[in-house]
Amino acid sequence: MPAKFNGLDKSTLAKRMDKIPSDLYVTCPYCKQSVYHQKLGPFQECPHCGYGFRLGAAARLKIVTDKFEAFDAELAVDPALVDDQYAEKLTKAKQHSGLPESVVTGMATIDSLQVAIGVMDSNFMMGSLGSATGEKLTRLFEEATRRRLPVVLYTASGGARMQEGLHSLMQMAKVTQAVTAHGEAGLCYLVVLTDPTTGGVTASFAMEADITLAEPHALIGFTGRRVIESTLHIKPPADFQRAETLLANGFVDDIVARSAQKATIVSLLKLSQGGA
Amino acid sequence: MSENAAYDIVQAARSQSKIDSYTLINGVFSDFHELHGDRLHGDDPALIGGVGRLNGRPVTILATNKGRDMAEGQATHFGGVSPDGYRKAIRLMKQSTKFNRPIVALINTPGAYPGVEAEYGGQGEAIARSIQTGLGQPVPYLSLIFGEAGSGGALALATGDEVWMLEKSTYSVVSPEGYASILWRDGKLADQAAAKMKLTPSELLAAGFVDRVLPEVTTPETLSALTTQLDLKITALAKLPVAELMAARRQRYRQF
Repeated sequence: MPAKFNGLDKSTLAKRMDKIPSDLYVTCPYCKQSVYHQKLGPFQECPHCGYGFRLGAAARLKIVTDKFEAFDAELAVDPALVDDQYAEKLTKAKQHSGLPESVVTGMATIDSLQVAIGVMDSNFMMGSLGSATGEKLTRLFEEATRRRLPVVLYTASGGARMQEGLHSLMQMAKVTQAVTAHGEAGLCYLVVLTDPTTGGVTASFAMEADITLAEPHALIGFTGRRVIESTLHIKPPADFQRAETLLANGFVDDIVARSAQKATIVSLLKLSQGGA
Repeated sequence: MSENAAYDIVQAARSQSKIDSYTLINGVFSDFHELHGDRLHGDDPALIGGVGRLNGRPVTILATNKGRDMAEGQATHFGGVSPDGYRKAIRLMKQSTKFNRPIVALINTPGAYPGVEAEYGGQGEAIARSIQTGLGQPVPYLSLIFGEAGSGGALALATGDEVWMLEKSTYSVVSPEGYASILWRDGKLADQAAAKMKLTPSELLAAGFVDRVLPEVTTPETLSALTTQLDLKITALAKLPVAELMAARRQRYRQF
């Protein structure tokens, strides 16, 4: 072996390794290819398969909206519903996401179009639907109805928040009522299903929009794969809950890459302004 | 609630001796006609739909079905409703408005069927539309939980003007086994989970999720008492002006 490969001891190697940032390359969760981090670009899309890497609410708002003003920024779960174990989870979720709850809501302009917008954040307890999440979404639809504005909602959720029991389940009905009233006023609700959208969110407001878009390869379903596997002892096909499968089966209007979303949303909303 | 008391109710709700859906329907309603199919794709036996009379008044009847024996249990996925079942319910809910028939929903389901075909068929969309359609029908709508009521699959039929429970029934966002395995990583702690989850009728009544708890139906007398209570409530709801009925329903679900 040439001498130049012999001169380094382990500690020197370790020091050199320490100088190389560990996040230079990321593995795409969908196609498993290694991607140089900077190649993901401003939209955080895999250059190989188009999968959109999971985004926090702030990053999402930055690429979709031109101006954003938050509603109910401090609204959080009623302390009466929080025991010690749940409190610990909430604290971690707040630190991890920098948010007080799993959804950010407010008013925004997208290319000078006024919209009410909600963005769920999977960094906060996997975007689970708690009572404060449901309240914020309900108020968003109610406020949009009062101001006669369309609603744009980005979903990302593991489903109901188990810690809140039926309080969580009831949010599905509560938000649904607000969606219905908004729709009856002739206003447009456009949803973008992002990775992952599952459980009680899929079984309520994620599937109640006038226009249902999804991001490439996003996981979208009701029952989680592991529950199906352990209940039925079968292995579902690899892509059975991916956006492309839902498109083929008729549950999604279109799949739109992040880089094209802003223009698509504005165009679709402008085509849907003639309601009563 | 103590571990034993809560888990006893969980087991009683799941018991083989629990009244089955057809016996309950035929005991409460007269002139029952089962109406099959969702007019889109198929007919799910896990969701019984039909029309009949409640003390003479025409009503729409929706009931989840666990099956009376092993064969029926397998056909109904032991009460796990598929998208075709929810879409049958949606069709009949809309029809109830056309004919001004109140809706009575009878619920005993561990949850929506967790199958691959159900996912392909849009299980989430079907449940979402069932919740939305039920909330929106301007006719009296009463939901009675008479066994298990698990998660979104139960909520699909539990958005009535009032939600009632029999004494030995449960209503929860996830099964106690699921709760224990997700939050404590040990599905065997179901009894402790049941105690913590507030899934029993008395706890749910106290928390305002349920409007009334009725005695378990085990005899002709208890069945007749249930029929009387359902009739009284539907009659009272039917007297309300539609705007008032709908405003009260909206308020019931807005408060949560």
